[in-house]
Amino acid sequence: MALVLTEEQTMLRDAAKDFLGSRAPVLHLRQLRDDEETQGFSRELWTEMAEMGWAAIIIPETYGGLDYGYTGLGLVLEESGRTLTPSPLISTALLSSSALILSGNDGLCEQWLSQIATGEKLLSLAFEESAQHRPASVTTQAVSEGDGYRLSGTKLGVMNGNSADAFIVTARTRLSDDPCEGVSLFLLPANADGVKIETTQLLDNHRSSTVRLDGVFVSSDQLMGPLHDGYPILKKTLDRGRIGIAAEMLGVAQESFDRTLQYLKERKQFGVPIGSFQALQHRAATLFGEIELCKSVVLKALQAVDENSDDIALLASLAKAKCGQTAKLATAEGIQMHGGIGMTDEFDIGFFIKHWRALNQQLGDSRFHLERFARLRAY
Amino acid sequence: MSTDPNMFRLEVREWLDTNCPEEMRSPMSSEKDACWGGRNFIFQSEAQRLWLHRMGEKGWTAPDWPKEYGGGGLNREQLKILNQEMKRINARPALYSFGISMLGPALLKYGNEAQKLTYLPAIIRGEIRWAQGYSEPNAGSDLANLQAPAVDKGDHYLLNGSKIWTSYGDVGDWMFCLVRTDPDASKHQGISFMLFDLKTPGITVRPIKLISGRSPFCEVFFEDVKIPREQQVGELNKGWSIAKYLLTHEREMISWTGLSRTGSDSVSKTATQVIGKTGDKLDDAILRADIVRFEVDEMAFALTIERARDEVKAGVSLGAVSSWFKFFGTELNKQRYNLLMDIHGSEALAWSGEASDDGKLARDWLRTKGNSIEGGTSEIQLNIVAKHILGLPG
Ligand SMILES: Cc1cc2nc3c(=O)[nH]c(=O)nc-3n(C[C@H](O)[C@H](O)[C@H](O)COP(=O)(O)OP(=O)(O)OC[C@H]3O[C@@H](n4cnc5c(N)ncnc54)[C@H](O)[C@@H]3O)c2cc1C
Repeated sequence: MALVLTEEQTMLRDAAKDFLGSRAPVLHLRQLRDDEETQGFSRELWTEMAEMGWAAIIIPETYGGLDYGYTGLGLVLEESGRTLTPSPLISTALLSSSALILSGNDGLCEQWLSQIATGEKLLSLAFEESAQHRPASVTTQAVSEGDGYRLSGTKLGVMNGNSADAFIVTARTRLSDDPCEGVSLFLLPANADGVKIETTQLLDNHRSSTVRLDGVFVSSDQLMGPLHDGYPILKKTLDRGRIGIAAEMLGVAQESFDRTLQYLKERKQFGVPIGSFQALQHRAATLFGEIELCKSVVLKALQAVDENSDDIALLASLAKAKCGQTAKLATAEGIQMHGGIGMTDEFDIGFFIKHWRALNQQLGDSRFHLERFARLRAY
Repeated sequence: MSTDPNMFRLEVREWLDTNCPEEMRSPMSSEKDACWGGRNFIFQSEAQRLWLHRMGEKGWTAPDWPKEYGGGGLNREQLKILNQEMKRINARPALYSFGISMLGPALLKYGNEAQKLTYLPAIIRGEIRWAQGYSEPNAGSDLANLQAPAVDKGDHYLLNGSKIWTSYGDVGDWMFCLVRTDPDASKHQGISFMLFDLKTPGITVRPIKLISGRSPFCEVFFEDVKIPREQQVGELNKGWSIAKYLLTHEREMISWTGLSRTGSDSVSKTATQVIGKTGDKLDDAILRADIVRFEVDEMAFALTIERARDEVKAGVSLGAVSSWFKFFGTELNKQRYNLLMDIHGSEALAWSGEASDDGKLARDWLRTKGNSIEGGTSEIQLNIVAKHILGLPG
């Protein structure tokens, strides 16, 4: 597949740009924060986004989706990175939908995907158990009991956990020497007995929850994918999520850079625009190139998912690592090149570095993915 | 040849099968295996000579140039197929040529019909090896400051002055050269683009030794050199546009040095072979971290070149982005050789002797330091990106 957007994809991106630019610019995030809105995003806006079809992009038509592919969703995510629009795009529309689709559990797909597509239901993945990204270290237990399982354990860093109608949870159903074995995936309603949710406001005003499971019973039809062998599904799901987050970080980097570039042309010191200083010009030119690299990497990774290529894992780590590093540089240079005003809360540039910090952490930071890239290349 | 891509591929495959000598179907083992053509070139083998001859006759040394000048006349899709098929059988390039990568595109755009008919077929067949006469002692980054005067004498120009850093000036046949034809005009005006045989009386070529110990570049002195009028290309005094156009092609060519080496040639493969692993990890944690950062950029760069090519195919013009490619590709190549030197440890220090192929790695490493200087320095490329892509002032 050529590394360029099709006409249809360009139209989708432009539509996303228009919508987010008018309905949810950075000011929208600021208002949510200042109003102390506890969900961290606007449910109303999510309904509108769902009406645009964004909650349904990757969902197959049989379950009421658009079956338009990951490249399409990636373009919307990139645009939402530019406007820093908080929404369940990643937690629900990308990660949870992917997990359901990949699980191949027709009953659960039937039940949940159609309601995700309409924007009515929200799901979140609950799989982390430490502050570091270690998807294979699962201590949450699922003990077989009657026609189901009893789950106990604690999940951390659950994105939008306080808004979720249900969680997709990893739990150990069998002990094994290989931590990737013996893990199963369950779909767990958030209001089940024994589920306790504590929510934290993050630096970028997104919400993240700790979900405590205290002997929660799930019936066996809530098992997603094969018993003991849910980890491969999680892994594939996470790679799709990483690529989506990379796309969002690309948007964060680009917007931060565009704003900074504008400022370099406007702000005068010593009687000239600061953008005429070569020290700043070369840093800007270098950053331009890093962003170009990210564009290629993100598009390739998204296309790889749509083509179901063998390289998804490698490209996911490439994209997550590279975009993480670049967005870090772009947002930090954004502040530095704005000088004092860049440090003020009143000015928007600081929102970008905060969101980068959160996105970079999720599903493995740059270093995690550099490490994984090396391992996938056998060194 | 067929217009249907599948048919075309079969035809290409068949043609290569009969025409590409067996010896030309393996990666080059040394620089000597690269065929540069021209009247001074000594072929390493009959196979090398035949391969150039056949590819030249077919026009496939310049596959996408028009047929009327001896080129292959292929469209972009066919070009891609030809490249894929060549790669499939590991075919070496039949010809390395500044004529093809630099001068040709400029002649196609700015040359008159007679010039195109004279030079392009000879370039395609590898009969003329070209040297680039741009830089002078006082005109490097500030190239437009060049002075070598060419005075109008009616049917010819009389050239004096000198050029420096002329790659392959000693083995080249002809030079494409920037000269000053109007000393009174502002520096970007008054420059003209001329072609001449390096055997013309009045030309002295003196090789300069590089830090690598090799001397691929030269100083070239001109003393009342007669250049026939018809060898001046484009409009008189408007040579700067041609110079810049040619530079974009040169920069693209140089930026390919940043492209990944595939398979066993990759930095990480070399490292695992030379240094070894404990378990499944390279035995040197910090080196491993350096390599992975490099390989992430290497892969991202390869994908960006792929994207740029696809965008060109879709009708987007690259423009000043070639400067960024030049910058990034050459910086990557320098990193690659730094890592290779680190990996090979004390063995990388050898300067002579058979075991090290006369210090090939050390010399190659030193040569890469010039990548970010030749064709315009990294700093100049960043200036161009800042001004012409980002629109920054000053
Ligand atoms: C291996 C090799 C092969 C070459 N082959 C050829 C050839 O075939 N034909 C040919 O004509 N030339 C050739 N060159 C010459 C090459 O194009 C010049 O060396 C190059 O353009 C730099 O010019 P300079 O050497 O005069 O350095 P200078 O221009 O003096 O630069 C010195 C330093 O100052 C920096 N600098 C200069 N101006 C600026 C600025 N405005 N802003 C920031 N930094 C600046 C440079 O980046 C550099 O770091 C070759 C050079 C090399 C190394």
